[in-house]
Amino acid sequence: MLDPVTLAVLKGRLEQIADEMDATLYRSAFNPIIAEAHDACHGMYDAATGATLIQGKSGLPVFVGAMAFAVKAAAKAAAQRGGMVDGDVWLFNDPYEGGTHANDFKLVRPVFRQGKLFCFLASAAHWHDVGGAVPGNYNPAATECWQEAVQIPPVRIVRAGTLDLDVLAILKANTRLPDSLWGDLNGQLAALELGAGRLAGLLDEYGDATVLESLDTLRERARRLMRDHIAALPDGQYAFEDMLDNDGVRDTPLRIALTLTIAGDRLTLDFNGTSPACAGPVNISRATAIAACYVALKHLFPDVPANAGVLDAVDVVLPDGLVISADRPRPVGGYTETILRMIDVIFCAMAQAAPERAMAQAYGTINALSIAGYRSDAARKGQRWVMFSFFGGGHGGHSDGDGLSHGNAPISTATIPPLEILEAAYPVRFTQWALRPDSAGNGTHRGGLGAIYEIELLEDSADAFIFGERGRSAPKGIAGGGEAALNVFRYQQNGQWQTPPMRSKMLGIQLQRGDRVRLETPGGGGYGDPAARAPAAREHDRKMGYVSEKREERDNTKEQLA
Amino acid sequence: MSAAQEAGPTQGLVVGVDVGGTFTDLFVLDEAGGSARVVKVPSTRGEEARGFMNGIARVADGANAIATIVHGTTVGTNALLERKVARTGIITTAGFRDVLEMRRRDRPQTWGLRGNYEPVVPRDLRLEVDERVLADGAVHTPVNLDQVEAAARALLEQGCEAVCVFFVNAYANPVNEAQAVARVRAIWPNGNVTAATEVLPEIREFERCSTAVLNAALQPVVGSYLTRLESDLQQHGFDGELLVVQSNGGVMSRQTACDVPVRTALSGPAAGVIACAAIARASGFPNVVTGDMGGTSFDVSLVANGEASLSAQTSIDFGMVVRAPMIQIETIGAGGGSIASVDAGGLLQVGPESAGSIPGPACYGRGNTRPTVTDANVLLGRISAERPLGGGLLATMDVELARAAIDEHVAGPLGLTVYAAAEAILTVANAKMAGAIRVVSIERGHDPRKFAYMPFGGGGALHVCAMMNEVDAAHGIVPRYPGVTSALGCVMADMRHDGVQTLNTALNALDVDDLVARIDGLAVACQERLDSAGVAFEGIRESIELDMLYVGQSHTVRVEVTRDALTQAGIAAAFDLAYRAAFGRSLTGIPVRILNLRYARIGQRPKFDLALLAPTCQDMPDALGTQAVFHAGQWRDAVRYARLDLPVGAEVAGPAILEQPDTTIWIEPGFEGRVDALGNLLITRQPS
Repeated sequence: MLDPVTLAVLKGRLEQIADEMDATLYRSAFNPIIAEAHDACHGMYDAATGATLIQGKSGLPVFVGAMAFAVKAAAKAAAQRGGMVDGDVWLFNDPYEGGTHANDFKLVRPVFRQGKLFCFLASAAHWHDVGGAVPGNYNPAATECWQEAVQIPPVRIVRAGTLDLDVLAILKANTRLPDSLWGDLNGQLAALELGAGRLAGLLDEYGDATVLESLDTLRERARRLMRDHIAALPDGQYAFEDMLDNDGVRDTPLRIALTLTIAGDRLTLDFNGTSPACAGPVNISRATAIAACYVALKHLFPDVPANAGVLDAVDVVLPDGLVISADRPRPVGGYTETILRMIDVIFCAMAQAAPERAMAQAYGTINALSIAGYRSDAARKGQRWVMFSFFGGGHGGHSDGDGLSHGNAPISTATIPPLEILEAAYPVRFTQWALRPDSAGNGTHRGGLGAIYEIELLEDSADAFIFGERGRSAPKGIAGGGEAALNVFRYQQNGQWQTPPMRSKMLGIQLQRGDRVRLETPGGGGYGDPAARAPAAREHDRKMGYVSEKREERDNTKEQLA
Repeated sequence: MSAAQEAGPTQGLVVGVDVGGTFTDLFVLDEAGGSARVVKVPSTRGEEARGFMNGIARVADGANAIATIVHGTTVGTNALLERKVARTGIITTAGFRDVLEMRRRDRPQTWGLRGNYEPVVPRDLRLEVDERVLADGAVHTPVNLDQVEAAARALLEQGCEAVCVFFVNAYANPVNEAQAVARVRAIWPNGNVTAATEVLPEIREFERCSTAVLNAALQPVVGSYLTRLESDLQQHGFDGELLVVQSNGGVMSRQTACDVPVRTALSGPAAGVIACAAIARASGFPNVVTGDMGGTSFDVSLVANGEASLSAQTSIDFGMVVRAPMIQIETIGAGGGSIASVDAGGLLQVGPESAGSIPGPACYGRGNTRPTVTDANVLLGRISAERPLGGGLLATMDVELARAAIDEHVAGPLGLTVYAAAEAILTVANAKMAGAIRVVSIERGHDPRKFAYMPFGGGGALHVCAMMNEVDAAHGIVPRYPGVTSALGCVMADMRHDGVQTLNTALNALDVDDLVARIDGLAVACQERLDSAGVAFEGIRESIELDMLYVGQSHTVRVEVTRDALTQAGIAAAFDLAYRAAFGRSLTGIPVRILNLRYARIGQRPKFDLALLAPTCQDMPDALGTQAVFHAGQWRDAVRYARLDLPVGAEVAGPAILEQPDTTIWIEPGFEGRVDALGNLLITRQPS
């Protein structure tokens, strides 16, 4: 058995390799979704099962669970086509096998020791544009995956150390932004190269067997820690369900249902009762759904190490054919909204078992907004531009305090690009960039505030696309805390404000110079009985304008009615 | 402290003063007399000027003997960390009052979704006025100066002492912001008015706003501290120059420090790194990693080719961003007071929780019963409980309390003997510290094996051999006075001023004449700052850098350029070189942009000869005796010496303990130390 000291040292060294891979890609990536929003991840995966061994600390949380499936998919494809050799890098974006959506390109590199496969290194990152009907690929009207993006199965982008220029040519031909694609791919290759070198150095220093043993032990410890956490929760069944507004194609709500069972040191997440797979792009694959469970559990038990051991004590029941277990060619481009809702229901079910462990729901939508067009000025006439970003909202209240205002989504650690950078790069002007009063759920500890972003077009014309949620069903509170405000998206046409029929999803909104679009995002749900909120905190909320008198009146009326 | 030579004639002394959390250190340089000495007095937290004056009183009979005082201060840092800043208001563009509170939409920790953020300026003190400039510099809406004046009056009524005027896109054209600031200054009753673009004329609204607001909020705090200090000094007859160390490692005048106090955010630690760089250069090691081990944290910096690395931006706390060149310091929670524990998964952890200096390690017997790194060092014989650090200014230690703490909290749960458990604590702490060394070196493209390791501060020298082993460094250097390195750095630092401007232009559209004019403008402004300090320089040096990137990228590469290469082709070649150095290859065919121009002007102060600090004794002293030290699973007899009594050329083979008032050096078996011509201890592995 490995001594505890070597174990602690190796844990730090291995995590650092993954962190350095993250840092390499962030610094060299071209598109802001990777460079600023950190929509990427790197780690080390089991040679036999693909299970996550080590994960970088700054990578996108949802990839942590999904990457194991991606590595397995690449290994399976390779086995059918001559196997992997040293210096290979396999690349693909198939979301049904590898999880998430087609913008995420997963690169898998085998690590060999004395001719034998030791483990895999992998890199995932969100490329800016990979074909499909809509620039940036958030196509709210897609009904098949091919309308969303080009579909690339696992192929060798690097063969035994040599870049395959044929594959590169195919990739470049299937994007609106070939320079960006090449820059991002280049960054991922550099990250894998760095990881392979650093891992080889570590293995030489400590010996392969010692490192393998430490990886096993770390997984065992994660498993044990998770079991201890589960065992400390009261046994029982806790059910919760929440809704998605619609799938972007048909305006019918979709149900995400969960029965959470705690029995001794085992936890079961049973999603029976969830709506069947749908026409529009809010489906997710099974791999993505399991990754979402992982993210929720890591938030609830943040001290458990980020490896596959977390899920060893958990059973996920996921019948076939649901909106959260969809197969090709169901569109999956809007996967973020669905996994956010899965996390929401897990938090709320857990809150029934142990409210102090859980957080109220966060704002629950990424609001992918793109505005795109062509330049009309003499110097740049005809040049294409695409502004694309995700927007923030409030986090939920919890037992320790109020939720954070204007945070990033629980599935990501993304920062938002500065408005000055956006205004310098694209013909737009922000007319407001502000906190949204009255957007948070009330509670002993209220939610954090959502935000207001209002953008005016400074070009002759452009098209806007919005992909969001929470337009009909608001983020919920826990332990008696109140709901947050709904997501509101509006746009101007000839000076008149309009609301999309599907609320927060719309394709091809035609804007003219001077037209504005406006997003008001939800805050987080509240924690605990609002009546128990400290008077000083109420007074502070009023003084700061976080909560208006109008809102307080409304809440009081509600309380009296209840 | 027994330090050094007798005081020479007290004409024109230069005094470096570092006010730390526990001690106020003074380094007194008498250039005419060719001597130097050290004064150490307890710090007076919350009333730093008092400890400062206590120290000055011990330098000379009257402060009139002192020509120059150079001060490294943590008053600004502490005020920020403890949120004890002035009540401050913001006047900003309509629609953008919440930029500060919204940050860059981040969160404190990846996992857990807990934690919150309290902006330094509350929302009711952030007022909006009509004005708008576009990204290309065009004025969309002229500023409404009546609203500006009304806002300023409202903030005064609310009791604000300081105000920051921050307008969106003012980096591209400051005209509206400048008019507004002029109107505010006309009615504001004191000088605490900050214009965001005067502090940082750089694109990225949150970073600029945060930096400028912190500057405004610090002005009354740092300003009143320095003003009081100067008047106290003058009352004691001082009529020389009071200078302050900046976070970038250069010094500035007292007046500049009052104008831009945000530049003092890392003043204290920066001075230490500057001294290390100078000592390393003089000892023939231009590449060193420095490690300052204190009570709760371990600060690592990198010196490459004799120069300390600078970072463009630093977070003092979550969401508390200062964007200004600062010595790059990686801080981790591993110090003498870091607590060791075994987590629920059975894994040994050291820190980040710390017992600090109060109540301190278990062996202090002041109420903490959980084991710390210092407890492990005491139990294993590396620190002698009878001879604690700090020359009696610190508590005595009880080795039995250390033993009990380690036994209960680490040895028991892990099933180890108490000595093995203590060694395990040190191993884990060392591994953690080595991780920080790798972060500052490998992540920035440097191989730590090619760097000498230089510990300073009170605790670092106990771990010097362990660090060398962890990162496979060939050399360790323990400066002659590790405990007063920051005060020494104050005396050595050059005067430096930085300026930045956002260009945001394609390289092939660059107007080179305009660029040269901007550089000349920055040079004049920085030179005025240098001249205003009343300090003589041996020479003036400048550094010109461009933040550049490929079109479509968002992270920039810093490209150093010289005046003779200021052509489109010359800049392109410099970018290519810098990009290759950072990422291994450059990407042909993609157009290149220049985002920012960064300028630094350095007034070089006379260098004093470090040989002044060298030992004067000639003969190898007798050993003080031996001490039992537990190392690698067994007890060994380590020979003990008084470090400062060792002459130049003295060699001591490990296992050995070298003691001096402000630190203890532990030379492990297999290592040896040699005193160099400047009195530094060079540590290498023994030839096997």
